[in-house]
Amino acid sequence: MENVQAHSTTNGDTTRRNFFVGAIYGMMGAISAALGVPALIYLLFPPKAKKESEWIEIGDIARIAPNSPVELTFRRTRTDGWKVISEKSTAWVVKSADNRITAFGPQCTHLGCAYHWEEGKNEFLCPCHSSLFGIDGRVISGPAPRPLDRYQTRIEGNKLMVGKLNVSAERKS
Amino acid sequence: MRRRIRFFNDWVDHRTGIQTAVRNFLYEEIPASSGWRQVFGSVAMFLFMVQAFTGILLAFNYAPTPGDAYNSLRYILTELTCGRLMRGLHHWGASMIIVVVVLHMVQVFLYGAYKKPREATWMVGVVLFLVTLAYALTGYLLPWDNRAYWGTVVATKIAGQAPVVGPYLSRLLGGEGSVGVVTFARFYGLHVLLLPPATIFLVILHVFLVRKHGVAPIPGDELAPKKQFYPAQVFKDTVAIFIAFAVLFALAVAVRVPLEQLADPTDTSYVPRPEWYFLFLFQTLKMFDGPLEVVGSVVLPGLAVLALILVPFIDRGQMVKVTRRTAALAFVLLAAVGWGGLTLAAVKSTPKEAAAVEVDYSAPTDWMQLSPEEMAGVAYFRQENCISCHVVGEHGTAVGPDLTKTAIHKDAAWMIEHFKRPSAIRPGTSMPAIQLSDPQLNSLAAFLLKLNDRNATALENAPEFATQGALVYQANHCGSCHMVNGIGMRVGPPLNGLSKRESRSWVEDHFADPKKLVPGSIMPPYKLSPRDLENLTTYLFALPD
Repeated sequence: MENVQAHSTTNGDTTRRNFFVGAIYGMMGAISAALGVPALIYLLFPPKAKKESEWIEIGDIARIAPNSPVELTFRRTRTDGWKVISEKSTAWVVKSADNRITAFGPQCTHLGCAYHWEEGKNEFLCPCHSSLFGIDGRVISGPAPRPLDRYQTRIEGNKLMVGKLNVSAERKS
Repeated sequence: MRRRIRFFNDWVDHRTGIQTAVRNFLYEEIPASSGWRQVFGSVAMFLFMVQAFTGILLAFNYAPTPGDAYNSLRYILTELTCGRLMRGLHHWGASMIIVVVVLHMVQVFLYGAYKKPREATWMVGVVLFLVTLAYALTGYLLPWDNRAYWGTVVATKIAGQAPVVGPYLSRLLGGEGSVGVVTFARFYGLHVLLLPPATIFLVILHVFLVRKHGVAPIPGDELAPKKQFYPAQVFKDTVAIFIAFAVLFALAVAVRVPLEQLADPTDTSYVPRPEWYFLFLFQTLKMFDGPLEVVGSVVLPGLAVLALILVPFIDRGQMVKVTRRTAALAFVLLAAVGWGGLTLAAVKSTPKEAAAVEVDYSAPTDWMQLSPEEMAGVAYFRQENCISCHVVGEHGTAVGPDLTKTAIHKDAAWMIEHFKRPSAIRPGTSMPAIQLSDPQLNSLAAFLLKLNDRNATALENAPEFATQGALVYQANHCGSCHMVNGIGMRVGPPLNGLSKRESRSWVEDHFADPKKLVPGSIMPPYKLSPRDLENLTTYLFALPD
């Protein structure tokens, strides 16, 4: 710095110098923004959703006993980046006494472990951290932050169809 | 506050020396004559950094294996916001870096800045130029579309022609025999693992040498008072960089870089063309035939590179003013004219793609005109859900090629092989094998061969009863005795015009027991399910007279 100031003693030189420095920072800033902003968008924006999730027939509701959850297995295709993969998926299906059907997603809402139905206790138990859910999916105890996720369901005749898995709303106690 | 920052800076500088190093770099003294002509080196370096940046971003969403490479690039282009921009920047940046590097070399050449003691600087620069070309060559394959594939087939074949080392070179590039997964892995490895560190090392060496000898002064300038690199010259460099970037950005936004069809090694109609800056080599190659081919492909380019490296030793004269370097100027002009002429000739000789395509418009324009076999093909086409990946007419999604265009250069044998083992015919394709019997695949191929862009919609609209009826017709080999739309045998009566001759109930009864209705008939009885019976009868009744 010192030796620069020694060179530019006159006012005109300083103005010139300030203009150069300002222009350099300005142009470099503009280039960085023109590269950086699209880069962030490219990395952070979710892929453009293309397809509505399909409805899959997963079972016959006549065979389900009321108030006794069953785990039904089905295959569904899922888009994974540039691939479409077909994978096994399950749902815990509950038929209430008045024949209303609920299909829960198979993962605990705490950290995604697979839970199961405890026949004797009438509760869903997650073996990882002992979260307990009622037959209606609400949290009874344990670290789970929200009720079980539910699939969209549709009934055609006796056929149970499931659609998208809706993430349940967070419920703070 | 200012004092604190200063204190912090001093603290860091004491321990790392970074500030001092940056200051020494920026306040380097350069000749008074330096100016706009020296900006090209900085622009080239900037463009290299843009390539590295966009390349890394592309790699974050790219699967480096044939097939997946294509699909993931398509995902970048169609699914990701700004994905097309990133690819555009990388693609056009590659072209631009070549332009700028050449301009940089021309400037240095014209001014004779390679002369003693700067010979090594020039030679490292030539190597950097070759590295830039190596990026272009290896990066060209990575989209794994037809253009990439066929361009690389030619490039590896040329490498294989080199005297003595040819076979080893082609083995090294994995191109022995054919371009496949090995070649792809080698090219990808070169492009992202070997070339970038090599470039960084060479750039550092190049800049170090420039600094060691100082920017070349022009004659008479040696004793004039020097000026500092920062900020006046940095400003000029930045303006040039800014203009280059603006052009690049505009190209990336405005000019869509195509992604062609997935690479198809069986596509004999594809005319491969290299990237524009290699077109002159391509044209040179055409001038040499037979045993002399190696002259155009390897010997001449090799000699040119050698001459380029040896420039400082060929021209050993004193530094003179640029205006007096007429020989150098003439040489540059000659090279530019030669390059331009060869490139122009190559562009002119590129056939127009549309002209090469011959579509068979004599094919049926309505589903009723299809033979039962082709009609059954429509049924399989629907059953296998081909439309979920292929474009036909206005429908379908463009994962696979447009099927109205494939009949042009594919025959039934190719199609059937491809149905059975798609990836054996097209490495890397994401198409699953079709689980159908040979006659069924024949039927599907027969239909696809009739498909063109004008009749696609009409054929696609074939009603369900017709396709299902045709399936029943085929399954029971009705064509061994009967004729529909001129296809089949004449043992029994032709079935066109059946609706004029007989009633529906008569036909249905006739299937169950032909002899009862036509005494002496040799047609065996057919026990068809009620649905099959209905579909078949409706189909036969819908046939044109």
